[in-house]
Amino acid sequence: MPGESPVKVGVLALQGAADLHLSALKELGTAAVAVRGPRELADVGRLVIPGGESTTISKMLVANDLLTPLKERLAEGLPTLGTCAGMILLASEVVDGRKDQHCLGAIDLKVRRNAYGTQVDSFEADLSVAVLGAPRFHGVFIRSPIVEHAGAGVEVLASFQGRAVLCRNSNVLASTFHPELSGDLRLHRLFCEEEF
Amino acid sequence: MSNVQQNFTVIEGEAQDADSLGGLGRHQGTTLVKRGLAEMLKRGVIMDVVKPEHARIAEDAGASAVMALERVPADIRRDGGVARMSPPEVVEEIQAAVTIPVMAKARIGHFAEAQVLEAIGVDYIDESEVLTPADADHHINKWEFTVPFVCGAVNLGEALRRISEGAAMIRSKGEAGTGDVVEAVRHLRSIMGDIAKITTADGAEIYGWAKRLQAPVDLVREVADLGRLPVPIFCAGGIASPADASLVMQLGAEAVFVGSGIFKSENPSARAKAIVEATTNYDDPAIVLKASRGLGRPMSGSSVEELETRLANRGW
Repeated sequence: MPGESPVKVGVLALQGAADLHLSALKELGTAAVAVRGPRELADVGRLVIPGGESTTISKMLVANDLLTPLKERLAEGLPTLGTCAGMILLASEVVDGRKDQHCLGAIDLKVRRNAYGTQVDSFEADLSVAVLGAPRFHGVFIRSPIVEHAGAGVEVLASFQGRAVLCRNSNVLASTFHPELSGDLRLHRLFCEEEF
Repeated sequence: MSNVQQNFTVIEGEAQDADSLGGLGRHQGTTLVKRGLAEMLKRGVIMDVVKPEHARIAEDAGASAVMALERVPADIRRDGGVARMSPPEVVEEIQAAVTIPVMAKARIGHFAEAQVLEAIGVDYIDESEVLTPADADHHINKWEFTVPFVCGAVNLGEALRRISEGAAMIRSKGEAGTGDVVEAVRHLRSIMGDIAKITTADGAEIYGWAKRLQAPVDLVREVADLGRLPVPIFCAGGIASPADASLVMQLGAEAVFVGSGIFKSENPSARAKAIVEATTNYDDPAIVLKASRGLGRPMSGSSVEELETRLANRGW
């Protein structure tokens, strides 16, 4: 709201690479806070769901009483960035996941976990991302998922070898790669400045 | 330079990429990719498992990865004999049983075991003092591999020597198989304490530190600049309760390995889940308290002072 303090950006910090997102956001001058419980979630105007182990994060969402409030905030349109495991959690359908893994269903994507193989198949690659301009964005893919299907209403912002790697709908931005690992702040800036 | 970039400062003079262009334009096995998986494992629990049923219990409980090994450290201690890498079929059965990363242990200096584990496609190799060392003078040259390595350390010098050989993650050694956390605490305090001192060292003192630590001066300078290790530091060795996990996280560990502490306890499933919750919420005593209730008996363990063999003395 105008005149009030700037929007706080939360980083879901249950498990995974939360610290790197927090330092990227702080580098941009954003008020960034770790989110581990419902009170912290209620206080943020944007949210990052980081990479990590999606099955662990899913369980900890339940253990820390975050699953229901997070679903509610997402349904209300909370602007959210999900990277790798974050994309898996935000997707509407997960292939090669665990049966008890929660899908937040905030973006109409069908994603396959660990789709390139094990860690020996993890890789770096340069990506053309039109919304970020030149130069190309350095993508780091760690046991990364692939997007098998993007529904109507999902805009594909970047692809690699024929697969969508960066997607957006009305309030969610989701990548299969890790912008927090490459030291390039452009994707975080886009997320912080985007009018959702 | 931003904090994010500083996380992966290039170490001068080292072969960076055991790298290969796997697919078109894909750079595999780079330092960033290796350290990147360690970043993804932070604030999580990596559990020792010897069979697929254990791996399923671990994943059900919320483990962020499992470590495949032939016997848990407590049994290696009890039964003696040469401890080697797991049989390949056991590692493969464990890989088939879970969707989370699967690590496996290789003996210190046994690069052929590591080559076999890489061929299986494990997600991380632990060059581990828990197994019987294969080389009394040398560790594996880890830069030659695509798969990342974690190594144990009792102090900062040992940690930096392992990083200079290509380790992408460091863990305290602790004293595995005891259920006694005292050595893990000693190692963490030693590493964290020396890092804190080095950050205030002047240019001349850095050389003195390198000499004392028997570590490459470039790495000592990097630690001084970053105020931390250039790779993530996890804790292993003797963690047996939710409060143990909280203790080592508060001392600066970024994730925990739990070995015998889970599957040698009365109720492995409940204890595993409780340690996961306590690791995520390590700085919230109310949650650690809740996680600590009703877990049954912990592993009985043995005090480090009673031991004949100190595993932490292995490694050079």
